[in-house]
Amino acid sequence: MFKLIESDAPQRRRICEIFVDGEPCQAMIGEPLAAALLKANCVPMRYTPVSGAPRAPLCMMGVCFECLVEVDGTPNVQACATPVREGMHVRLIHGARSIGQLGGAAQ
Amino acid sequence: MSTFDVVVIGAGPSGITAALTAANRGLRTALIDEQLSPGGQIYRNVDAVDNGMQTILGPEYLHGRTLTTRLQHSTVTRIQGASVWQISDDLEIAYLQAGVSKTLSARHLILATGAMERPSPMPGWTLPGVMNAGAAQIMMKTAAAVPSGDVVLVGDGPLLLLVGKQLLDAGASIKGLIQTSPIAQAGKAMRHLPKALLAPGYLIKGLRLLTHLRAGRVPFFRTDEAVNILGSDRVRGVSFIHKGQRIELTVDTVLLHHGVIPNVQITRMLRLEHRWDVDQQTWKPCCDGHGRSSNPSITICGDGAGIAGALAAEASGAIAGLDACFALGNLSEGERQKLVRRPARAHRRQLRIRPFLDTLYRAPEWLSAPLDETVVCRCEEVTAGQIREMARLGCKGPNQTKFFSRSGMGPCQGRMCGLTVSSILAAENGVSIEETGYYRIRPPLKPIPLLALSQARVARSAGTERNSQPNEDPTHE
Repeated sequence: MFKLIESDAPQRRRICEIFVDGEPCQAMIGEPLAAALLKANCVPMRYTPVSGAPRAPLCMMGVCFECLVEVDGTPNVQACATPVREGMHVRLIHGARSIGQLGGAAQ
Repeated sequence: MSTFDVVVIGAGPSGITAALTAANRGLRTALIDEQLSPGGQIYRNVDAVDNGMQTILGPEYLHGRTLTTRLQHSTVTRIQGASVWQISDDLEIAYLQAGVSKTLSARHLILATGAMERPSPMPGWTLPGVMNAGAAQIMMKTAAAVPSGDVVLVGDGPLLLLVGKQLLDAGASIKGLIQTSPIAQAGKAMRHLPKALLAPGYLIKGLRLLTHLRAGRVPFFRTDEAVNILGSDRVRGVSFIHKGQRIELTVDTVLLHHGVIPNVQITRMLRLEHRWDVDQQTWKPCCDGHGRSSNPSITICGDGAGIAGALAAEASGAIAGLDACFALGNLSEGERQKLVRRPARAHRRQLRIRPFLDTLYRAPEWLSAPLDETVVCRCEEVTAGQIREMARLGCKGPNQTKFFSRSGMGPCQGRMCGLTVSSILAAENGVSIEETGYYRIRPPLKPIPLLALSQARVARSAGTERNSQPNEDPTHE
């Protein structure tokens, strides 16, 4: 949904690899995770627990909570407020969790 | 737990200036901020912004570095990446940092929690591909990115025009700018023009933005009713009435903007007094001329106290910092009077443009009265029609509609629907919005993992009702 603009100093961008639902994907170290996911076209970014409606980030500043994802086993993390780290594992949220289906942290 | 003379929450222009002012007068000062680096949203990522973006974002953005540099060389204790989730009556502040809940305590608290974009409920606004215009600007500031497909801008106001210009410069494809502010407002705004002319540079900047967008061949439209955002799994276009004709544009991204409003979540949680600002069509906390709130230990500055912009925020931060010094006995009344003169003058100069802007870019009526099928509470997916139905069943205020529909009870805790739900209830019940009231905001202010909560030291919370037991020890574990 977003593209990186061209730069005359691309070497300054510190590119790393993260994993989204197991798939490797490029991102810049330190950028908001939600921004990396938008650039990787992970849209819809989640499906709501109420009706399964498709959503993507609205505000990018921590107020709308539309960018919730699972990061390294921790569910419902605001991706707009989470800086990208090398090798982070992200899972997109597909609707409500059911009983017995625990987050990665508990496994 | 550390104790500080002054704790400032929020490291935007007002928070940084407030902290610097207090620290420069020798007070032990801490600055808590949610982001990993200071600057707030306006100067977000200003110290590490991508090379290619610097020219596009311009000198007004890079001005933020003067603040972050001064902060770096100060004695202020900086606590970044920290989300405040509770503040007790005796100003014990609990925050979550890297998954751990920590506390510190303040003798005087300064809130500089800034603004958020006014929610723009309209049909289809929950679709992926719809973002706030400010969010697109954050993508430029933090990720050097612009929308890859066709874009349409919907709304009005200085930030929308600025984002439009910046996107154009960064190579985005803008298919149109749909202005929503009522055309009659232009006439009404003229009354405020003489005063606006005394404000430094704003009008020229605005005209330059408009000229730039027109030169970039961005088509301008204007509509008097809600824009329909089309699509099923993501945006595919917009449909609206322009000069009596229905127009459909095929786009991938819709950027919404109807001005900014104070983010009142923290001031509401603290049960501070608020009032409805008719001109800015928003709630704001009641403050005296120095920013002191209805709680004598709390001062508020920046856009969180009322929308005035980044430069005004800088001045109001200095005023708030002096107020904290005065409150703690570090300054006498006379000394403060002398020291406050300069920032107060700067603040007044910046405020001169507001009546003109607030009138010209007044949000349209339909925004606070969305069509029945429009989702207003995005988290719990409650529509405007359901809120109206609850009003007909006897709900007087938003805390009642909460019980019946869960509106305002999802992860965003009412940030995105609070204004709209109160407006709909007020209109439906034929009473004022003040009488209708607002959501009762309770801690945790931001969701906190149970693990962190269980390990947190418990203090009496400002957001819960007072315990009537007289000898309760507020410091118990």
